[in-house]
Formats: sequence, structure tokens, C-alpha cells
Amino acid sequence: MTDSAKLKARDYKSAVKPIWCPGCGHFSVFNAITKAMAALAIDKDDTVMVSGIGCSSRLPAYVDSYGFHGVHGRGLAVGQGLKVARPDLTVLVMGGDGDGFSIGGNHFIHACRRNVNLTYIAMDNEVYGMTKGQASPTTPIDWDHSTLTPHGPGVRPFKPAALALAAGAPWIARAYSGNPNQMAQLIAAAVEFPGFSFLHVMSQCITFCPEQTDWKKIVHERAEPALSDADQAAKLFLHEDGFETGLLYSEQRASWPPAAVETPSDGAMDALAASFRVSTGVTRQ
Amino acid sequence: MHTRPLSIAITGAGGAGVISCGELLLQGWARQGGLGLLRKAYGPQIRGGEAAALLKLTGSERYTAATQYDLIVALDWDNFSRFEDEIQLGPDSWVLCEPGANIPVSVAAANPRLLQLDMAELTATAHPDGRVNMVVLGILGTLLGVPTDSLCELAGKKLRGKPQSYRDAALACIEHASKTALECHLQVPACDSTALCYLSGNQAVGLGALEAGVRFVAAYPITPASDVLEWMAGGLERVGGKLVQAEDELAAINMTIGAAFGGVPALTATSGPGLALMTESIGLAVASETPVTVINVMRGGPSTGIPTKSEQSDLNIALYGLHGDAPHLVFAALDIADCVFTTSWAVQLAQHLQTAAIVLSDQFIGQSTAVISEPRRCRMQLAATASADPEEIASDSYQRYLPTDSGVSSLAIPGETNRRYTADGLEHNALGTPSASQSDHLQQLDKRQRKLSDFDFGGDWAEIAGSGELALICFGSCSAAINEAADLLRERDIATRSISLRLLAPLQVADLSHALAGCEQVIVVEQNHGAQLLHYLQGHINFQQAVHSYAMPGPVPLDPANIAQRALELMNHDR
Repeated sequence: MTDSAKLKARDYKSAVKPIWCPGCGHFSVFNAITKAMAALAIDKDDTVMVSGIGCSSRLPAYVDSYGFHGVHGRGLAVGQGLKVARPDLTVLVMGGDGDGFSIGGNHFIHACRRNVNLTYIAMDNEVYGMTKGQASPTTPIDWDHSTLTPHGPGVRPFKPAALALAAGAPWIARAYSGNPNQMAQLIAAAVEFPGFSFLHVMSQCITFCPEQTDWKKIVHERAEPALSDADQAAKLFLHEDGFETGLLYSEQRASWPPAAVETPSDGAMDALAASFRVSTGVTRQ
Repeated sequence: MHTRPLSIAITGAGGAGVISCGELLLQGWARQGGLGLLRKAYGPQIRGGEAAALLKLTGSERYTAATQYDLIVALDWDNFSRFEDEIQLGPDSWVLCEPGANIPVSVAAANPRLLQLDMAELTATAHPDGRVNMVVLGILGTLLGVPTDSLCELAGKKLRGKPQSYRDAALACIEHASKTALECHLQVPACDSTALCYLSGNQAVGLGALEAGVRFVAAYPITPASDVLEWMAGGLERVGGKLVQAEDELAAINMTIGAAFGGVPALTATSGPGLALMTESIGLAVASETPVTVINVMRGGPSTGIPTKSEQSDLNIALYGLHGDAPHLVFAALDIADCVFTTSWAVQLAQHLQTAAIVLSDQFIGQSTAVISEPRRCRMQLAATASADPEEIASDSYQRYLPTDSGVSSLAIPGETNRRYTADGLEHNALGTPSASQSDHLQQLDKRQRKLSDFDFGGDWAEIAGSGELALICFGSCSAAINEAADLLRERDIATRSISLRLLAPLQVADLSHALAGCEQVIVVEQNHGAQLLHYLQGHINFQQAVHSYAMPGPVPLDPANIAQRALELMNHDR
């Protein structure tokens, strides 16, 4: 246990220097995470940052907590295994839109459905940055900046919040890299939520999508309290512009797995081994 | 002298209950002090299609699959034809079937002795809701001298979750049919064993894993590995562990890695297609030095292949499937009992050496059930891995990937004070910080290799028996077949040494070379088409002997007589 009460945001940063391009939105997410950790006085030794592969997935090394930097798309699987095995830990999983909604899409859906008590931060810049600017599942249909899809992806982008709702996520919020204070508050709320909390962060990539600097003109904070009715949330998520920030949806639902009811008895292992012994039954002399 | 075994095949439509019939019969037989093996054969799918309970009652625990059957009980003949390759008859064989049935040409050709019995009528007389599989159980029980009340008790236990009427019908069928004396004369092996365990290889894997401390399992269903996971679900609940049914094998292996990173010994089990999906992340476990155990219950491949039947064709993927230089552990369980030992050994070594262990089993030993003596256990006395250094903790200078002499470095578990680090699949330096430098890469590659190469695995890398000019080498479940072949060869005055490899990677080159000293001929025996073991050994061993291959793909189990025949031809030719 480390005394966390007096720690400031900067105390949650490790000595490793981020590799991100100047102007990357992920700096702001990094700051917001450490701010939230300080606000919650989180114990560094009891916290794990888990990620997959991509620019945003480099984040765990920059936080002074335990971390796991895995393979592309599988951060949520690692995080869920960890949290189920070690419910005492605080687990945050993070990654990008390609990592979470494309190669890891199936894990995203099932993490929403499974509702393990962890926080998932998806840093969505609508592009594969680390491989130099290809279209992702959230790239606009006509975005023609990639030589891989010179006429644009030609297919409609995912709506991550709608997908999360349909898959059963009980807590859905959105933040914007240009508003780190709101984001820090949302991250703190996400960590405190007793279930799967999905924070969709619009985090700009000005290297490959310079037009994203215009996001600051279109983001708008949600004025009303979060929805708790799935029908209303479905309407919102299917029809909104994708730039409404704040806590959008929250429902009370028991997380999985339930706490173990019984502690195993000392002889449990021996009893299991004994179950394979041939019972002498009624006939053996 | 060894007792001549008695082999009985019961065939029928999938869902007709022939497997249950075989299980209850073998359990009843075991209670009498009898030894035996129940092999389960299915069509390409587990449910529906066809099924066969293949019993071999024996005088020893060396369980090879039966090659010829003394008695076949055909519930119907529609499904029999699908087992023609696997269920061979001779003129001394007996066939029990319904009267007036059209006997398949292949069966008639063997000219067996027919026992026609109206089993449907017998069932209807016994109970209006009776099922013919319980009638067969009653008949065979009487034939083998298994008391009816014992079979009824076992059946009652097996059916305890079913409605009372269902149980009543089953017991009525067993009792009624037990009064039928078949007009056939079979030599029944003696029942003088003290073996007291009855389990399948898949259950034995689960037992070995839990005893070695596994407390987390992530599972995605696949034939023929599912029953490892199903047994462990109940087992984990009892010993205080957790099981997650994952959305796919990619999730299963990564959940396993996550739990293991959290300090909880973790395992997943799969078969060929699942192992293929997991390989990228097994490499992650190697690079991040996260201990995980992966059980691979092999089946016929490639692709969907022959999902319900046995083969040893995943050796290559287990050895070579990971990209990059990724040294890891590969084991093969030698038989049903050895599934306990080998799994337990693998889990403990994965934990100690902080790497991935793949354990190869297969459908034959995985899904077969046998009567065995108390299985050997593996309880390693391992020196504790370099533990937390107080100075390091105080100065906050913990180096997770410190290249120690042994290559094994101190592993921090989340929750430990001031030992925070980020485990990484990216190449990294001693601290765990990502690095693309040549010196860090070389240092970490050397470290990860060294912890396997320099470790003393002791004498359990293989089971070795006999000595002589001829050596038979195999891995995994072919062990019983080569040992039986060696006995046959000894009867023909060919002294034979059998070597069954349990540890495949890292290959114990010096030990194996030493074990071959004095041999002039080597036959590498394996159940696959590509001679995967032969090529692997040739890549590592500087053989002083003439080396030959006996590689037969599944699904028909290896026949010890054919292996011996091959050896005889070779030795005679050589003389």
C-alpha cells in the first residue's frame, strides 16, 4: 500500500516519455486519467492499466501503476480475466478505435454484455495512427486521405455508443480530448461505477486527420441528466451527431461474476480427487 | 503371462445411449476388480449421427485401443457402416443384433457367429418407457458376471437428475434383461485388480491442473477438449477458483494471461483450430513472461478435419506455431493416468519459469475412460524464484525483466508495494520499458532462452523401458502402443527399448542421445501423416543409428502388431 492521499496527478505519471505526436489528443486523456486517479486517491499498487496495440495503447507504460500492454485488440479480454481473478484490483482497459471496434470488436460486444466491473476507455480518433493513417471502423464514409481507401472507406462508420447499448453496457459516457476537466470527472465516475463503464473519448489525431481540429466547434455537453431508459438511449445514440459529451446512459445492474458465496473447505481438493475412486458399492467384498 | 483382453463394441445412433451403457458396464466391471478401457467413437459430430462404445477389458493397465472385437452389439446396423474401419471382426467374433436385420456385407464377410435377439421386444416387455441401451447393459452384465444390483445402483446414480419414471424404466430394463443368458462363450479376464480410480484423460488433466494450483480457467467450447473445461467448471467452484466462458479462443487465452498476470495460476484448454487462434497470444505470454498453461486435446486436422477422432498432428504447431523466437514449454501426456502428472508438471514449470506451457493430449486418451491405479502425482520442490528485494522496493528500482543468471527474474504481482511495472509484448529492457535496441533485444532473447535451456528438468522428460538393438521412440499417447509392440518383439527375440517422450520442448538432447546408446536401429512412431516428430528429432539429434519412420495418421488408433511387424521386417532385412 502506498499512501495515496497526498498524491497529485503528476505523481501518477511514470518516468517513461510518451511517443505521441505533438498535438495528439491522447496527451489529454493521459492527463485526465492521472487527474482522476489523484481525485480518487487511487492506490497505485492496486491499480492496473491494460491495453492492446496502437498509439493509445501505449498509455499504460506512462502511468505509474501496474500495467499490461498486450496484443492488438485483446486488451478487454486480458482486463476481464484479471478482474475476475483479482476482484480486489482496480482495472482500467484502454485502446483505440481500431483496436477496440475492429480487431477487438467481438471482445467489446461481449465485455458490454458480461458487465465485469472495470472501466474501458476507447480513444477514438477515427483512424489507424500507428500504421500511418488508414480508415478505421469509425472513419467517415467519404474520408479519402488514405491511399489504402483512396475513395473513402465507402461504408458507414460504427456508432460505438449504440453498439455498446445494444450489447448491454450499463454505463456509457463520452468525452472530448479538448475538455480534459470534464473527462477527468467522467473517468473518476467510471471507475467508481460498480460495473462495466464505457467511456468513448473523441481524441483527435491532427497528424492524419487535421480536420479534427474542428471538433471543438461541434462538441456539445449534455445538459440533461444521464438516461436510464434503454429505449430513449437507443433513440439518442442512433440519431445524435456523435459529439454529445457527458454521462449519457447509466442503469443499475449487478456486475458479473457475483461474489463467491462460500469459501472452499480445506478438504475440497482431496474430495475432488476422491470422486474418481471406484465406489465399492454394494457388491465388492 | 498376460491375460488375453476381451473387446466389446456397442454401436448405435448418437443419443441412443451406447456410451452410457459402456460407462456403466465398465464401472460395474471395475467394482468387481476388473481392469478396462472405454474408448468413445463418434461420427463427425458429437450429437446425432452415430456413436460407439468400444470396451477393452484387460489384465493390465497398459491401455491400447482394441484392434479386433470379440463381441459386437449392434443396436441397429444403419450406423455400423461408419465404424467399419475401426471395428474389425474375426471368425471367432460374436455379433449380437436384432433378428431379421440386414447384416452389412463387411460384417458378413468376416463370418462371425450371430446371436439374434429381439432386444426391442425385450425392452417393451421390461417397461413401456424402457430403452434398449439399458437392456444391453443387463445382458452384458450377466455375460461378464457383474451383479445386477450393482449395475442398477450405478444406473440410479447416473440418472439421479432424471424423473423417477425414467429411472424406474432403466432399472426394470437392466433387471429384466439380466435374466437373458447369451449362447456365447467368451473368455472373461480375471478380476483381481486393486486399481481404484475410474476417469478419463480430460478429467485427469483437470485434476492435475487443480492440484497444481490452477484457480482460473477461460473456456471456449471445442471438441474434444470441452470436457476438460466442463469438469473444471465444477472443480473450480469447489476449490474456490473462477471459470469464464469466453466469446472465442482469442479471448480465452487473453483472459488466461490476464488472470496469470494477476498472480492466479491460469489455464485454458482447446483443440487444433483453437490452438491456431491462440498462437499470437501464447507468444505474448512468452514475451511478457506471463505463466500460462494451454491444454491441446488433439484431433484430426487440418482445418475442421475430423473433430471427434484422434490424431497427433498438432506437434508442429505446438513446437513452431509462435512467431518470432519464442522459446516455450511443450509436453505430451503419455496415457490417461499420466494426464494428471504431466498437466501438474506443466503448470508448475510454467509458473516457475514464467512462460507458456502447451500440453498435448488427444481424443484417444482425452475422451476414453479407464480403470487405473491411483495416478502418480507431481509435487515439485522448486527453489523460490528470486523474491522481492527490500532495497529495490525502498528505492523504487524494481527491474521486472532483469537478466539474471538463470534467466528467471523476480515476478511482481499487482498489489505488491513499489514493484509496479508494465508487462509488455513489445520488446523491452530490464525495467520493462519498450525498446527497439539491438542490445536489449539480444539480452531479453538470451534471457528467455536461458531459463529453459539451463533448467534441470530431471528424469521425467521421458519414460524409458527395456534395452536392446532396436529403439522405438514416440510422444504422448502412442506410449502404450510402442510398449505393447516392444513386448511382441521380445517374444520374437528382438530386444527392444521404448522411449516415450513427455517433454518435447525444450528437447532433452543429451538425455535422449544417451538413452539411445547401444541401439542400432530407431523407429520413430507417431500418429500423423507428416512424420512431425521424426523431423523434429532429426533437427536436434545427431543420430548414430539408422532412423526409420512409422507415421500413420488417425483416426484409427495405432496397432501395436503393425508397429512390431514393421520392426521385424526392418530387423530381418538388416540381418
